[in-house]
Amino acid sequence: MAAIKNKKQAVNASSNEVAVGGHGQAKEIIGRFMRNKAAVFGLVIVAFLLIAAMFPQLFTKYDPIAQDLRARFLPPSSEHLFGTDEYGRDIFSRVIYGCRTSMEIGLVTVAISCVVGVVIGAVAGFYSGVTDNVLMRFIDILMAIPNTLLGISIVAALGSTIPNLIIALSIGSIAGYARVTRVSVLSTKGTEYVEAAYSTGASDARIIFKYILPNCLAPIIVQATMSIATTIMSATGLSFLGLGVPPPTPEWGSMASSARAYIRDYWWLVTFPGLAIMTAAFSFNLFGDGLRDALDPKLKT
Amino acid sequence: MSENILEIKDLYVQYSAGKDTVRAVNGITLSLEKGESLGLVGETGAGKTTTALSIMGLIPNPPGKITGGEILYRGENLREKSEKEMRKIRGHEISMIFQDPMTALNPMLTVGDQIAEVIRLHQNVTKAEAFQRAKEMMEVVGIEGGRANEYPHQFSGGMKQRIVIAIALACNPSLLIADEPTTALDVTIQAQVLELIEQLKRKYDTSLLLITHDLGVVAEVCNKVAIIYAGEIVEYGTLAHIYKNPSHPYTIGLFGSIPNLNETVTRLKPIPGLMPDPTKLPEGCAFAERCGEACEKCMKGAVPYIEIEPGHMVRCTKFAGKEN
Amino acid sequence: MSTLVEVQNLKKYFKTPRGLLHAVDDINFKIERGQTLGVVGESGCGKSTLGRTVIHLHERTDGKIFFDGRDVSDLSKQELKEFRSHVQMIFQDPFSSLNPRMSVSQLIAEPLLIYKTTKNSAELGKEVGRLMDTVGLARRFANSYPHELDGGRRQRIGIARALALNPEFIVCDEPVSALDVSIQAQILNLMQDLQDEFDLTYMFITHNMSVVKHISDNIMIMYLGNMVEFSSAEEIFKNRLHPYTKALLAAVPIPEIIEGRKRQLLTGEITSPIDPKPGCRFAARCPYATDICHQENPQLEEAIEGHFVACHNVKEINQL
Repeated sequence: MAAIKNKKQAVNASSNEVAVGGHGQAKEIIGRFMRNKAAVFGLVIVAFLLIAAMFPQLFTKYDPIAQDLRARFLPPSSEHLFGTDEYGRDIFSRVIYGCRTSMEIGLVTVAISCVVGVVIGAVAGFYSGVTDNVLMRFIDILMAIPNTLLGISIVAALGSTIPNLIIALSIGSIAGYARVTRVSVLSTKGTEYVEAAYSTGASDARIIFKYILPNCLAPIIVQATMSIATTIMSATGLSFLGLGVPPPTPEWGSMASSARAYIRDYWWLVTFPGLAIMTAAFSFNLFGDGLRDALDPKLKT
Repeated sequence: MSENILEIKDLYVQYSAGKDTVRAVNGITLSLEKGESLGLVGETGAGKTTTALSIMGLIPNPPGKITGGEILYRGENLREKSEKEMRKIRGHEISMIFQDPMTALNPMLTVGDQIAEVIRLHQNVTKAEAFQRAKEMMEVVGIEGGRANEYPHQFSGGMKQRIVIAIALACNPSLLIADEPTTALDVTIQAQVLELIEQLKRKYDTSLLLITHDLGVVAEVCNKVAIIYAGEIVEYGTLAHIYKNPSHPYTIGLFGSIPNLNETVTRLKPIPGLMPDPTKLPEGCAFAERCGEACEKCMKGAVPYIEIEPGHMVRCTKFAGKEN
Repeated sequence: MSTLVEVQNLKKYFKTPRGLLHAVDDINFKIERGQTLGVVGESGCGKSTLGRTVIHLHERTDGKIFFDGRDVSDLSKQELKEFRSHVQMIFQDPFSSLNPRMSVSQLIAEPLLIYKTTKNSAELGKEVGRLMDTVGLARRFANSYPHELDGGRRQRIGIARALALNPEFIVCDEPVSALDVSIQAQILNLMQDLQDEFDLTYMFITHNMSVVKHISDNIMIMYLGNMVEFSSAEEIFKNRLHPYTKALLAAVPIPEIIEGRKRQLLTGEITSPIDPKPGCRFAARCPYATDICHQENPQLEEAIEGHFVACHNVKEINQL
């Protein structure tokens, strides 16, 4: 990020100047991340999921919503890797396309809730006092409402579309970001280097943007990565209850839900979407864990 | 009559840090007689704490590992003990006091319970008896026994360190390892704690291994001194040997770096440079780079460990051929 | 000589849930230009608070602060920024006082950028280079981050940053306490050299008696927010008049073999600095305390020429 600004040689042998810059901490962070095998494994799967979400046609020739009633309930074979469902749709294709729905919901939700939550948390932490109290009580109210219930009521009231689902899930996860940000702003605000910055006469804005925020980024980034997994799970959960993505759009949760009826006779209908949900959540968690270890300056020697 | 409580022979400890190996302790040999107090003096990263943790069998593994040597406690090699046997020794035979009394106590338990717990672990007594013993121990370290039901946060820093000492001495150990026991304390409180350690040592005839960076504290409490640098003992002797006749250039440098209360010096004589990176220790003498007297001989090969007067050992080539 | 810093009846109280904490209580002193005032005391005596209050890092509760003859007790935002270019601070922990996300050169350039003292990046680079040379930091570290350096080098960054704006007065809060002795001596020598070279005035806050003796011209001993003794460094180590100073100096372990060494131990509990009752704050631990000590605050008085002590019984104790 900011640290990669200056990669050129620091000291010009001929001149008397010092190039003011850093050699980049990014390299170091990447190095630490790469040493963590589980995290790299998570990253590879996350990368695959993202590619699948962006270019699903690369992986499958079948249209995920094209029905073929002659090919219902075909077991996994070389023709249909994961078999076919009750309408003869290729399950592999639906799982791949479902990736797009899940990623879309996950990423957009995280983006919205992260921005709103970080702003609330940062303002509350930096200005403390009354501002802090008012904002954090608002966050407490948000936290007092069970997430699924909130999701169900919003989607039930506004109708089950993807944007509504995203709104519902975003509101639910704002609180997490606000609290994480507030705590790290508070602790950074009390550090000696912020006091040192005041003592050199730095302005409030300079202190927020050059001292406090860069040192708060790590926990926020980690929170964001980890909550992609939870968001995907909540989204599939709501879909499973019939409140998420409307059919026939391929979505892991609704696929698993509609396959419930056939679980005794055709195991592959429910197994593969289930595995997809699990893999996505698992890989994002591994990735997030590795990211936290790589970013946490306390682990540096 | 001189009975060695503790003998460390040629101890090596390494930590692995990614691709690098930190050579924390490189062939330390030490012995401690019954009732004796040995000061282990060195700077940050010299391997003092690692040595102490090796004795306790508490080197975190991984990343740490004892790669060579023996640690004999009353003639038995502690390295061959199982974890279960070590647990019996720790706290009972060998106790350790840590630097920071603020973090060494459990904030959720009363101080009385914390002392009683150690007693119950090692001695076959009832809960009530152990608690009674705990109260007595508190009196021994100069705190009213009636305060046994209070929690750590209700005590000041000096009082907490007294409680840590009470825990360490509760089972009457033969060897007490104190790792910078007074560094976190103010001088007037430090004086009280040092006095207490000395009194108790005399009373129970405990041997003491005092780890510190403060040559002043060592002069007050110890009768033997070992100076440690980059994981090696560079000088070893009695208090008189080290303070009256410091011989290793590093020891001399340490004394030159301390401003003296009794004399006025306008300029200090610091040791130039820094301690070598423990992942890339130089060949030959580890101190050569910073040493004003270094010569070619210092740059390669093993540095001889020479007895320059009875009981006074120095690891320096300048004494080669001048053995006592 | 001219007085650079003067403080009159300075008070700093903090509100705590249990009452008003008297961190700095009615302190007066002057520092002459180019000299060093050593402030000594144990943890919680208010020495750090005093240093921070003098340079407006804490807002004072009461009293006056003069800098170079000018009353700087109350400053507008603009005046404060101007004031801060003349006074700087060196912090105890060279690690926690440096922003971990900034490189060495960025850290040193920071004050120059805030005050826009350099016109372009070439000039900035030159100035940073000069500062690194001044404090003895090799230029190959310009792009390194604080966590890659050792304590001594980190403290050199802190010193370079403090020097960047050519200040006249520097408050040094335990600048060598976190360092190993051999490194500590290097930094002390550097600070003395810089003082001579740039005619700096230091307020040197520490708990280390031998360090303060080494570096100070005058010494102030603090106990729980009060100044108990003040005099030249030489005088105070020759004639310790206040019972607390006596106990403090006697408690310092000296790296020498002293036959028949006996410790003078203080007994008694430390008085709470929260809503203190009238009376000497050291009375509870003082071996010489009399009735009056528990009732009235002792005033700072000149016991011997140039040697000020706040003790009711100073004459009796020292047979003056």
